[in-house]
Amino acid sequence: MHPAPSVILFTVLSGLGFGFLALLGLDIVQSYGVQAFALWALGYGLAVGGLLASTFHLGHPERAWRAFSQWKSSWLSREGIAAVATLLILAPAALSDCFELGFSPLFGRLGAVLAMVTIGTTSMIYAQLKSIPRWNHWSTPLHFFGFALAGAALMADWHFGDRRFAEVGASMETATGLGSLGTVSVFDPAHTAGNYLLREMIYVVARKHVAKLRGLALLMASALPAVALLLLPAHPVVIAGAVLCHLVGAAAARWLFFAQAEHVVGLYYGKR
Amino acid sequence: MTCLPKTTVKKLGLAIDLDTCVGCNACVTACKGWNDQGYGAPLSDQSPYGADPSGTFLNRVHSYQVQTPDLEAVTVNFPRSCLHCEDAPCVTVCPTGASYKRAEDGIVLVNEDACIGCGLCAWACPYGAREMDAFAHVMKKCTLCVDRIYNEELPEEDREPACVRTCPTGARHFGDFADPDSNVSRLSAARGGFALMPEMGTKPVNRYLPPRPKDALSASPLAPLLDIRAHGLAGWLDRMLERF
Repeated sequence: MHPAPSVILFTVLSGLGFGFLALLGLDIVQSYGVQAFALWALGYGLAVGGLLASTFHLGHPERAWRAFSQWKSSWLSREGIAAVATLLILAPAALSDCFELGFSPLFGRLGAVLAMVTIGTTSMIYAQLKSIPRWNHWSTPLHFFGFALAGAALMADWHFGDRRFAEVGASMETATGLGSLGTVSVFDPAHTAGNYLLREMIYVVARKHVAKLRGLALLMASALPAVALLLLPAHPVVIAGAVLCHLVGAAAARWLFFAQAEHVVGLYYGKR
Repeated sequence: MTCLPKTTVKKLGLAIDLDTCVGCNACVTACKGWNDQGYGAPLSDQSPYGADPSGTFLNRVHSYQVQTPDLEAVTVNFPRSCLHCEDAPCVTVCPTGASYKRAEDGIVLVNEDACIGCGLCAWACPYGAREMDAFAHVMKKCTLCVDRIYNEELPEEDREPACVRTCPTGARHFGDFADPDSNVSRLSAARGGFALMPEMGTKPVNRYLPPRPKDALSASPLAPLLDIRAHGLAGWLDRMLERF
């Protein structure tokens, strides 16, 4: 699958944003006054920034409002509604923290649950796709939840993901239905020039450095920030550095999430 | 809502005969020609005469070599287009309601005015039936020529999809799979028509008719030419030269 920068940016930033908002809503991270304003602004900024980034890959961003309409069937639609609901429900909690209004903690609690629901709906956009076996697995929501909360569930996703295409059993023989005849190979391509399918779903270039990128993702997203936070004093600069480091690792992992996902349509082209 | 209809009155679709398809690409051209000027945004091309040409097509013809276990390898020409699935994943993933399946005839269509161009439907389709138009930024797909099949302005013989109408070998058949007595249902039953990638759970309406089994060659077709018997002067020379 083609790793569009806007989608990587969106899923990583809004994931981090909603995860952080959940921590704020649950008062796990407590703050008041100006400090509270800065923290809530950071959470809202990441979540909203991510959502805005997601509209960059739309062909018609001006029609994006229509995406709120199909919550009965579409996970993408549900995500939009959950995201807006989370941001609205958490607003009283944010205002209460900033201006010490003493509102009920219920807004924060409910908002935290909704933030988790939002992350879940984001992950289901990918996990629902049977056409991409790697994603069509319970480990995909785990990947998203894991990153939003801590970033530790990567290993499970990578472990199972590598086996998914083979497990599903889709092959050139099932794709063409000619398996009863014999083994199928491409004799002549349908077209020699590129097309939307090849660019969007049969994106093979970016998988070259999988092992290195996985190592980098683990190190930057989890190990280095954890070590920095444990050993160094809790200075804002240290914390900001750890967050930046985590983001670089998360972006590397999300790049692989797309680049390694093989769409079954590649079977018609003899490529994956 | 882009929920799928529980059942559709008709199940219009194609039966594609892999035995008679010669891979001439006439259906590809006819499809592009018809869908360039009627329903929805035209199918655009980018740099069609340049170094890196690309374009939107609703139908593509592949060609495969199938190595049978004991006989010669066979070539199978393989047209690929929308299968108008009963359980179409491209419809339910659509966040805006642009993608829908018609309850009356089962055709899967895109309301291009409501399409935000997110591309998720194309991701959800296992068959690569949908292509995003790089100029109009909306999703394009086979309409089963909905603007031909019900069009009473056209002569009756033209009221079928452009790909079916144009196929010079009669490899493409259009009809209602909900009716067990329709041309396509009977053809599919007689020839063992199959669905593509049933493991994806999409329940395609279109059926592919498998290539008929090929004969095995008993001897080389060149054998008679190798068995040369010389007569007359050449025969005498041949016999003489054999002695040395």
